[in-house]
Amino acid sequence: MDELVSEFLIESYENLDQLDREFVELEKSPDSRETLAGVFRTIHTIKGTCGFLGFSKLERVTHVGENLLSLLRDGKLDLTPEITSALLSMVDTVRELLSEIESTQSEGDRNYDDLIRLLSDLRGGAAQEEEGAGGEAASDPAPATQGEEAAEAEPASAPEAPDTAEVAKAPDTAEAVADEAKTTEAASEPAHAEPAAEPAAAKPEPKAQPAEARPAPAARAGGRGVSDSSIRVDVRLLDNLMNMVGELVLARNQIVQSDAVQADRSLAEASQRLNLIASELQEGVMKTRMQPIGNVWNRFPRVVRDLAVTCGKEVRIEMEGRETELDKSLLEAIGDPLTHVVRNSVDHGIESPDVREAAGKPREGCLKLLAYHEGGQVNIEIRDDGGGIDPERIGKKAIERGLMTPEQIARMGDQEIVALIFAPGFSTAEKVTNVSGRGVGMDVVKTNIEKIGGTVDIHSTLGEGTSLKIKIPLTLAIIPALIVGCAENHYAIPQISLHEVVRIEAGEIESKIERIRGAAVYRLRGNLLPLVYLSDIMGTAEVQEGATYIVVLHAEDRHFGLVVNEICDTQEIVVKPLGKLLQGIPFFAGATIMGDGRVALILDVLGMAHASQMISGERERIVREQQEADDLKTGTSKSLLLFSGGGDRQLATELSLVARLEEFEASAIESAGHGRVVQYRGQILPVHHVSECMDLGLPPSCWGSDPDEMLEVIVYTRGKHSVGLVVDEILDIAKEVVADDNGFGGVVTGSTVIKDRVTTLVDLDRLVQSINPNFAEMSEVL
Amino acid sequence: MSQSTQLCTFYVDGSYLGVEALQVQEIIRHQELTRVPHAPSVVRGLINLRGQIVTAVDLRARLNRAPRAESDPATNIVLLTSIGAVSLLVDEIGDVVEAREEDFELSPDSVEGAGDLILGAYKLENDLLVRLDTVALVEGIDRGVVAPSTEDVA
Repeated sequence: MDELVSEFLIESYENLDQLDREFVELEKSPDSRETLAGVFRTIHTIKGTCGFLGFSKLERVTHVGENLLSLLRDGKLDLTPEITSALLSMVDTVRELLSEIESTQSEGDRNYDDLIRLLSDLRGGAAQEEEGAGGEAASDPAPATQGEEAAEAEPASAPEAPDTAEVAKAPDTAEAVADEAKTTEAASEPAHAEPAAEPAAAKPEPKAQPAEARPAPAARAGGRGVSDSSIRVDVRLLDNLMNMVGELVLARNQIVQSDAVQADRSLAEASQRLNLIASELQEGVMKTRMQPIGNVWNRFPRVVRDLAVTCGKEVRIEMEGRETELDKSLLEAIGDPLTHVVRNSVDHGIESPDVREAAGKPREGCLKLLAYHEGGQVNIEIRDDGGGIDPERIGKKAIERGLMTPEQIARMGDQEIVALIFAPGFSTAEKVTNVSGRGVGMDVVKTNIEKIGGTVDIHSTLGEGTSLKIKIPLTLAIIPALIVGCAENHYAIPQISLHEVVRIEAGEIESKIERIRGAAVYRLRGNLLPLVYLSDIMGTAEVQEGATYIVVLHAEDRHFGLVVNEICDTQEIVVKPLGKLLQGIPFFAGATIMGDGRVALILDVLGMAHASQMISGERERIVREQQEADDLKTGTSKSLLLFSGGGDRQLATELSLVARLEEFEASAIESAGHGRVVQYRGQILPVHHVSECMDLGLPPSCWGSDPDEMLEVIVYTRGKHSVGLVVDEILDIAKEVVADDNGFGGVVTGSTVIKDRVTTLVDLDRLVQSINPNFAEMSEVL
Repeated sequence: MSQSTQLCTFYVDGSYLGVEALQVQEIIRHQELTRVPHAPSVVRGLINLRGQIVTAVDLRARLNRAPRAESDPATNIVLLTSIGAVSLLVDEIGDVVEAREEDFELSPDSVEGAGDLILGAYKLENDLLVRLDTVALVEGIDRGVVAPSTEDVA
């Protein structure tokens, strides 16, 4: 059966059960507006859904019922036993129709005109009165079936109501207008209407009622397969179950362990069975909390459609992997961030149809949602084929907003710059639209995703589109963690704050871990990494045997190393809170139970960093001073880009002068004027081979002759102008202390040995100058 | 018959003590403790109570008595308190005693240095049963102590 229909059936049955109760209540206290409103809502819900699903009979029945109920609710009509019976027979009819739908997928061919007429009649008088008094308020869009229904209601005895002006109207039109009038919530009700309406309405009904009420209950016997197949369960109950299953698994582990020691066969068999059942139970309970991501996605077609219309765009939405399941709590947590991203993609990502056409793309943009499991995580991708994100615009904006300095931007790669949209207070929308663009967008998305232990990545190609990739864990309660040991105790470090692990051999500890004014540091790829000893934090003695490990952690964008004695394992752990007595200790985020049943503490990386002053100003100052002192002592060490330009000579240039490294296909190179160019970020980039510089004495190169060849290009930028230098190969990046310029003012500033090879140091400014003498002038003019 | 209270009794450093039985969730034998650095000094660690993590308070330390010998395993009396389950580590568990209110006397001369943790004592036939104030026991623990507890340093 169609999923929508079966969901509708389940929900409607539930609502009907509730209705029965409410009606009984109503008879006890006929004046309870609240109960009436509840009944009204229930019928309204059924009506709305069945209209949407195209069950017209059901809709008609519920529609007249709803009309009647709305009058009751608004106090325009008093509940009489006749009305109650009629409404109950409507409920039975609805039930009958539902079971018919359930068994045959259609509404059957029974005719419910009698009931509809009855219900309309009951409402007739009061409605007409109201029409007389408040008819002008009838502006509500009447339901599509209304005309038809009014026609059916026509033979009903329209009571004379001599005190209203509209009496002269033919009964059927009066009915139709009344129909409209009632749908408005206009509470203007003439006080005198009631007595006139009541007897008139009551009259025709006794005849109709017995005929209708009888056959309905019989239909119930058919049973209700759909609704019986599912029940609603309190999530807390599931959480409890989940907890207990976790315990069961631990107990099982213990039994299986001790079983291995003992040679009792029957025990072995029993424990094996226990093992199996526990695993399956665990899986089953986990599944109860899982829901398909489609539940969240379902709203997007509508969101996208509405937004596209508002923005004057044409957008098609495609979904793949709707059935991918994840924990309910996570599903709820990603709803809003996802909506935001989707809205962003439509608003900023996909261009207007004309722009798209001009760019040679189909007028209709495509937004693609993908979800899949990968490595115990759920990946969600939101891809659009829109304009992509322009790194230059982002860079400019970031500088404008004071988020970055121009130097920082110049050193960043395109994707890094694009990722700046996640920085707090960043919004690229030129104007604030009511859709998005208030600068609280993407950073909120990022924080929300990170809150649930997820990550967000963005990848964008200018002119081709943007793809946002969200990775989230399957469930919240269980997190991956690295278990470390220190003096026989085990601690768990959440993987999310883990950067890398460095192993230091026993003999190297003295030489690798240095102390600067009492503070321990480690040189991690040329940067000083402040260290803290887990044994110090835990107040245990340092164990000085065997290898030591430095667990590199990050907190608030700064790194520090935690020195531990032992790295045990990575494990999925269940996070449990610490008791009140232990709150306020900054080092622990909670506790967990290990496979052997022992309790292990979970380290709070941020708290630990703060408490041990790892990320305080003082520590940072010490490290910085030391770094500067290092630099002074050894001369200026610089980052160098190593490349080759022909022959086997290794060349090096200062990395800070390199704007970017790019790769182009040789076929992308075009001829223009005297030289060759390539289209690059909407500009024309002149390209030269390094060997064109005579000073270097490189063998001439016939570069670019093979169209399939990938050309490695160093992009050099001054002001608004860039030039590309084709090299044979980008070799490496090295940090070296280099002697000062030899002072000759030439392209070659000296040579040194880097990585066991004699390397020619090249001044990039002068190199460009020598190849393209006009370049300096061009950039100076601007 | 006069009113009486059921007390769960136990021994700590030779003293015969009791808490109201209704406040006791359960009694379990020695459990492996996970030490929590920087915890208040009377907190001995954490135990795994069927998946629930419970803080264990050493009653000897709480009552300022001499520490228990390493070789003597402590028994856990798990109390239901306003701050969740807390386990009291005691030397040995006694019976549940029906103590008559008429035998009760308010705080006798303080049990050394822990007077405010004691509600009073019941004069039993052969013994004096000191009733502890569980609220004061757990809530009075100074949580401000964050200095590393050095006694465990090997």
